[in-house]
Order: sequence, then C-alpha cells, then structure tokens
Amino acid sequence: MDVLARYEPLVDDYEAFRAACERPLPSVVRVNDIKATPERVRRAFDEAGTEYERVDWHDGLLRVESQPGNSWPYVHGWVYGQEEVSAVPAEVLAPEPGERVFDPCAAPGSKTTQLAALMNDRGLLVANDNNLGRLSALRSNAERCGVTSVVVTNSDARNFSLKPFVGEEGHQPPLFDRALVDVPCSCEGTIRKNPTALEQWDYSHVQGIAGVQKGILTRAVEATRPGGTVVYSTCTFAPEENEAVLDHVLESDRVRCELVEFDLPLDAAPGVTEWEDETYDQSVERAKRIYPHLNDTGGFFCAKLEVTA
Amino acid sequence: MADESANDPHRFERLPATEADREVEGRATRAEVLAFWSENYGVDPDVFDCHTFWEKGAGKVWVFADDLPSPVDVEAVGMTFLRTRQEHWKPTTDAVQRFGRHAEENVLVLDREEAERFLDGETQDLPRWDGDWGYVVVAHEIADDVEPIGVGLYLRGELRSQIPKGRQRNL
Repeated sequence: MDVLARYEPLVDDYEAFRAACERPLPSVVRVNDIKATPERVRRAFDEAGTEYERVDWHDGLLRVESQPGNSWPYVHGWVYGQEEVSAVPAEVLAPEPGERVFDPCAAPGSKTTQLAALMNDRGLLVANDNNLGRLSALRSNAERCGVTSVVVTNSDARNFSLKPFVGEEGHQPPLFDRALVDVPCSCEGTIRKNPTALEQWDYSHVQGIAGVQKGILTRAVEATRPGGTVVYSTCTFAPEENEAVLDHVLESDRVRCELVEFDLPLDAAPGVTEWEDETYDQSVERAKRIYPHLNDTGGFFCAKLEVTA
Repeated sequence: MADESANDPHRFERLPATEADREVEGRATRAEVLAFWSENYGVDPDVFDCHTFWEKGAGKVWVFADDLPSPVDVEAVGMTFLRTRQEHWKPTTDAVQRFGRHAEENVLVLDREEAERFLDGETQDLPRWDGDWGYVVVAHEIADDVEPIGVGLYLRGELRSQIPKGRQRNL
C-alpha cells in the first residue's frame, strides 16, 4: 500500500515531498548544555578528527558521519543522538529554570534531556512512560547527560496521577507550568531514518492510536495550570493524529485551552482544517506541518496551546 | 504496623538534615553527604545548595535538583549519587561526571592511553599518584580542559577502574 499517497491533497510540491522521503537522513547530535558548550564539543570533535557540519538554525546541533557512541564526547554525556527536526518541540515549549514541567511520553529521553538542558537542570521535570523497558533506557540516557532535575514515573499517561507530588496534608495538587506531549504515533515522518516505518501501517492502527493521543493530550492539559503552555507533537502526517486530536481537545468539556501562534526557525505549512469528510476548528491552522522537502529533515507536526482555565 | 525505623526499598525518602533529625538507623544525613564531598574532594557545599538528597534501598543515595514531599513512590528521583552503607562511601560514575569538575582534591588526571585503559575497565599500575588511597575522581584533558570520567579505586600503586560494565568502552 502506498501510504504517503494519501497526503497528496495536502502537500504543495508533492513530487519534491516524495523525492525527499526517499533520501536517507544524516546523523545528527545535540550538544547537552548541562555538561558542555557547543564550542567545546566542536573542539573535541576537531581534536579527534570527527567530521561534522553545523546546523544553521540551532547552535547545538551538529551533523556527523555516524553516531559517535564510541567517542569521548559521548562517554562524557556531552552529546545525544537526535534527529534534527525532533529538537523542535522542546524549543517551542521553551521551559525556564525552576519551573514544573511534564513530559508524559518521555522514553527514550532525547526530548526529556533537551528539556532538562533548557531548564539549566533546575526545577522539576516529570518524565513518565508506560513502558518499563523503555523507561530504563530513559534513565540511563538521563544519567549519562547528568540530569538531576528529573523524576521518573511509570504510568499510562491518560490516567497520570499527581498524587506523588502532593504533601500528606492534602494540599491542592500542584499543576505543571508546561507540558511536552510528544505522543506515540504512526511515525510516517521517520521514513528517511527508518525505511521500514510504513510496512506495519494500518488504518485501524491510526484510529486506535488517535484515541490514545486524545486521552494523553487531554490529561496533560488538565495537569497544566491556567496560563501554562502545552506543546503537542508527532512525527506523522496523518490529520487523524494531528489536527483531529487538537480539535477534540478544543471541543472537550474536561479542559479549556486554545491554540496560539508561534514562530519556527524552519519552513512549515499550516495545520489543515479539512481532511476527507472531516472539518476541524479553524484555529488548528496555527499548528505547523514540517514536511521533509521543506528543510531537508524528517517529517514533523507541532502545535502550541495555552491553558485558559 | 509499619516499622518507622526501617528503610523501605520501594520508595524514596529525603535524607535528614542532621543526626538530630535521623529516624532511620544507619541513614546518611545531608550534613554528612556535604562533608564527604568537601573533605574528600574539596567540593564546596554551596554547589549542592539547590539540591536535595534521597535514599531508596539501604545506602543508595540520589541527588535531585528540586524538592518533593517525602516519602515519594516513583521510579527515580534525580540521579544516583552515592553508596553509603559500606565503611567507605563511594560516589557513582554519574555523580563524578556531573559534579567532579568542582573537585579540587583527589583528582587523578590520566594521559590519553591511561584514560582509554581506565574507560575500558582495566586495572593499571600508577605509582606516580601521591594523593589519598581510596576512591578518587579520575579525569583527563579534552578540548583544553580537565573533564572527569568516573571513579577509580587507588590502592598500593594501582588504579582500579570502577566504570560499570555497561559504560565501559574500547575506544
């Protein structure tokens, strides 16, 4: 089945989109600012003769020949292998040092460690995942990166409990200032990194996972204080998993939030308001669709929400 | 009824500030932890001003950048930091990599080949060291500065690498 063909009506330059999806992606590492500066990592790469290329929109991203797992900068936790476009949502969330931040689908930890670095490793970063095996990868990645601000929990993010964070005197549950909701998805946008990504694609899976995504986003908005920020991201092009999930949360009786405009240092297309027989709230246009051909990256979807009450 | 004086291995409890606040027998105090880093490695206690210390299981101390109600039942609170229930306390590799740059004493700086052997988990003869015997911060020079690699056990002219098996590398 030609999965990507279903997006032809959405993509401006469809030929370029298909061509980009065929090209493999370069390996990229992100500098972990908790332990090193971009300048020092570049110097260590120079000393070791490791070739790299700087990514123009982000000082801490370097394109490398291969993942340098067997190198001093990796051993020191100075770098983390992370696809360029997956560094976007944490930058959009922009957490501040000392804040309370929620990462409901955290493993294996590329975005978690990036959030911790943006927070200068100060404050409370709750990293949750429902899969115990993936949590152990998250923990070892966070420790290699020297993250001390993280609290790791193991639960279904749809029913995430704030109870561990409430004192025994029964205070009000302390809500989060920000949440990064980077949900499990059908992963079409990773096709350049993982050419078999679409082999398991199945429409019933898209429908099933969209239900999970709605539950996770709703709970994350609920756990964030009024005035707080929630970023929703996926690596799929499917409107069922993107705009439809946002539309669901905007309509929900359980939570109140709105989509807000934001700038990106990468080219992107707006969210779509019509797909097949569905129409979505007009404000989903404020979300960004990053197609592989626009910046020569993987595919991504990102939306920024403000909790209103 | 639960025994309040026992250590519960399934939850994290904040270390008491001082001995006067101690309720669990044998548990390290915050004051002792700060003294350990200061006396052995010359790490200024101010470095940990914003951090709290937690125990999960007997003698496994974790460092956390914020505070939480104690006890707390979660998978991890910050990162592993120190083992305290043996006669000699032992910092973790993660702790030394994260805080070792603040150390001013018992920092053993290796040359390139020595550092590679250390990372590979080897024990090596190193008679030139004139610091204390025991657990030392092992470091090397990279990109114009000294960077800690992990913990070594120095005894009788010999440096034993304490890098955990899963972190050892043959560069």
